[in-house]
Amino acid sequence: MATTTPRIIIVGGGLAGLSAAIKVAEAGAKVDLFSLVPVKRSHSVCAQGGINSAKNLKGEGDSTWAHFDDTVYGGDFLANQAPVKQMCEMGPGIIDLLDRMGVPFSRTDEGLLDFRRFGGTLFHRTAFAGATTGQQLLYALDEQVRRFESEGKVKKYEYWEFLSAVLDSQGVCRGICAMDLRSMEVTTFPADAVLIATGGVGAIFGKSTNSVVCTGSAQGSLYQQGAAYGNGEMIQVHPTCIPGEDKLRLMSESARGEGGRVWVPKNPNETRPGKQVPEGDRWYFLEDKYPKYGNLVPRDIATREIHEVVYDKGLGIQGQPMVYLDLSHIDRATLDRKLGGILDIYEKFVGDDPHEVPMKIFPGMHYTMGGLWVDSDQMTNIKGLYAIGECDYSIHGANRLGANSLLSCIYAGFVAGPNAVKYAKSLAAAPENLASSFENEKKRQVEKNNQLLNNQGTENPFKLWRELGEVMSRNVTVRRYNDRLKETDVKLVEFLERYKNVDLSDKSMWSNQSFLFTRQLQNMLQLARVITQGAFLRNESRGSHYKPDFPERDDENFLKTTKAYFAPDVDEPRFEWEPVDISLIKPRPRRYDTK
Amino acid sequence: MANKSVLFKIKRQASPTSEAHWEEFELAWRSGLNVISLFMEVAINPVTRDGKPTTPINYDSNCLEEVCGSCAMLINGKARMACSALVDNLEQPLTIEPFSKFPVLRDLQVDRTVLFENLKTIKAWVPIDGTYALGDGPRMVPKLQEQAYQLSQCMSCCCCMEACPQFNESTGFVGAATIAQARLFNMHPTGKVLKDERLQALMGDGGIQECGYAQNCVEVCPKDIPLTRSISDVSGDVMKKAILDFFRT
Repeated sequence: MATTTPRIIIVGGGLAGLSAAIKVAEAGAKVDLFSLVPVKRSHSVCAQGGINSAKNLKGEGDSTWAHFDDTVYGGDFLANQAPVKQMCEMGPGIIDLLDRMGVPFSRTDEGLLDFRRFGGTLFHRTAFAGATTGQQLLYALDEQVRRFESEGKVKKYEYWEFLSAVLDSQGVCRGICAMDLRSMEVTTFPADAVLIATGGVGAIFGKSTNSVVCTGSAQGSLYQQGAAYGNGEMIQVHPTCIPGEDKLRLMSESARGEGGRVWVPKNPNETRPGKQVPEGDRWYFLEDKYPKYGNLVPRDIATREIHEVVYDKGLGIQGQPMVYLDLSHIDRATLDRKLGGILDIYEKFVGDDPHEVPMKIFPGMHYTMGGLWVDSDQMTNIKGLYAIGECDYSIHGANRLGANSLLSCIYAGFVAGPNAVKYAKSLAAAPENLASSFENEKKRQVEKNNQLLNNQGTENPFKLWRELGEVMSRNVTVRRYNDRLKETDVKLVEFLERYKNVDLSDKSMWSNQSFLFTRQLQNMLQLARVITQGAFLRNESRGSHYKPDFPERDDENFLKTTKAYFAPDVDEPRFEWEPVDISLIKPRPRRYDTK
Repeated sequence: MANKSVLFKIKRQASPTSEAHWEEFELAWRSGLNVISLFMEVAINPVTRDGKPTTPINYDSNCLEEVCGSCAMLINGKARMACSALVDNLEQPLTIEPFSKFPVLRDLQVDRTVLFENLKTIKAWVPIDGTYALGDGPRMVPKLQEQAYQLSQCMSCCCCMEACPQFNESTGFVGAATIAQARLFNMHPTGKVLKDERLQALMGDGGIQECGYAQNCVEVCPKDIPLTRSISDVSGDVMKKAILDFFRT
């Protein structure tokens, strides 16, 4: 292996995947980059508010240690601490590099990077490019990868779907099996190492802030091949989303970072439109309860408060599940400069002008803290298979702080890329029967395709998916009750059964999107059981995981990582738990009203 | 209103070599519908207006909030994004077709690789030395950042190229998006080291001289990018370079 150029496959072209691709190409190895969509259209493009790093350019005495502590605390101590510390330490260097790559970060008068404050911290450490930071970071990496592409160092396979990993007779990952989304041809690709960067699992919850491709199908497929899935139950519900018919549109935390205020009318029967409700008749409930953090309490806390105000206190706007997020007290020029992109989204999709009137928002499923289990090198429990970015479980514990996601994706790609090259160079020769491993995996996937295409059934897969989303959103998000979680798992088993009766109205063998989606749906259903059962088994409240029947954090029994393995004999997950590395920061109670 | 409905017809095509045909659909109206949600409803109940079973619509989409550039198509004759096309703001029956100047793959999916090839030709990147630590990036005054940010919002949707009368097979014109990207990288402190090469790339066949100043591009750009301003700026640079080159030879 030492004399030939290593070949690395990367699945997913968002921030994590592109970061890894750049490092691998720079190290002289060949990159095959697979993506469902042209990489600059990856879901990373949706991230709005900013990227954290303790550059300390605001004279506040910020430090990477403070960033580390805020992150571990924000995650309610569930994350293994060493990688989190490393990420915070790499933060400033990552910002500088992205700056050099041409990301148009917003600037101060002195021409330096500007920073704003985000949830769960008292420091201004979030660098931003207007209100479309994720887009701008992604474009910079996309441009760098295009350069490598033009130099023959990276080959892109866009409009390809990852089906499964190819594992040799010793269970080592030796490549992937993938499908061309146009010709629908199934092909295997050999590699010395494979990096999975396939993002979050929003589609499992039906409507979310995620993009269409965020199904978790790749993770679900790998889980069924033996990859361990960590902390699946940790799902972030973002407090401020714009409800919609086709998706929930994110209203960035940066709106609150720039002074946006959350409130409801004090009178549950208030009929005046928001703008006309005088100050005295408004209840700024987050500011009231959390004098120090105010509207910038971490997301899980803000979401629960909004839920309580609407469902327990009955104070939703005109009885609807909605509260106000008000920016109208801030001058137009400032709003445009700092938040332009997101205000455009509100105006375009809702029709009201947030410069003039308070916005109406409600919590919605947003981010996946859990994911494929990885070690500190970002390698999964399958040798030669790495996971990076939102699809890996490692950084955010039980709750992610705003603006840490973009950082964690780039961090993971930058760590895993070189690790994968190093691993590839020292890789032992493959077993003799490697070719048959490839043939068998291809055969297995082709058979799956044929079975699906020839199935005579009556279930519409999109309808089935809608039902999945409804039950998961209702029972497995903000408030979890064991009886409803159990009911949900029973429902999931029913869906898996009904799935066998699915009917594809479209049996074409050319660019068949409904076929692709239906295939993904099966993996989504399996992963949904990991999430639901994991939530059921964790009898405490920690971060975003909240059980009113077990309202306190229970470190004695549950300061541990949930690890789910697929048990094929019973066709469901089996669970193990692993202690958490808390050697650097001792757990303390997580309170944002007093700190 | 109990019986309010949404009427739309879609130009469909099974493959690149198939004949195109129209299909009509009628759905119950509800508030907040965009064109994407119409397609989602058809997927759940793939039946035409006259009760004929059909297949879900094939279309590119991802973010559904107008930042990824996927869902570009012709809606009521105009090049625009399907996600931000709100049904209540559109005249019915809605007419939905794929872009006409790009090869159709299936239904509303077209092949837009030409733009990505153009971006390689003009070296649309900042040529950093390497990803190893080299300290801070260059300082940049807010005014310059704001200009760069505007241009940097291009999501490669290709609406400008679809709308442009000069973008066709006979001229091979690169289109406004590519030119605006050249301007973006030419104004970056490091990126401008490749300015000459970018301008050179825009001086050949299909280059900037093909622009006829129709101004369709800036009218349809979903991100309000100053396209005509950019073309005019870059044209000026190209002119200066041509003159200097002439005197240098």
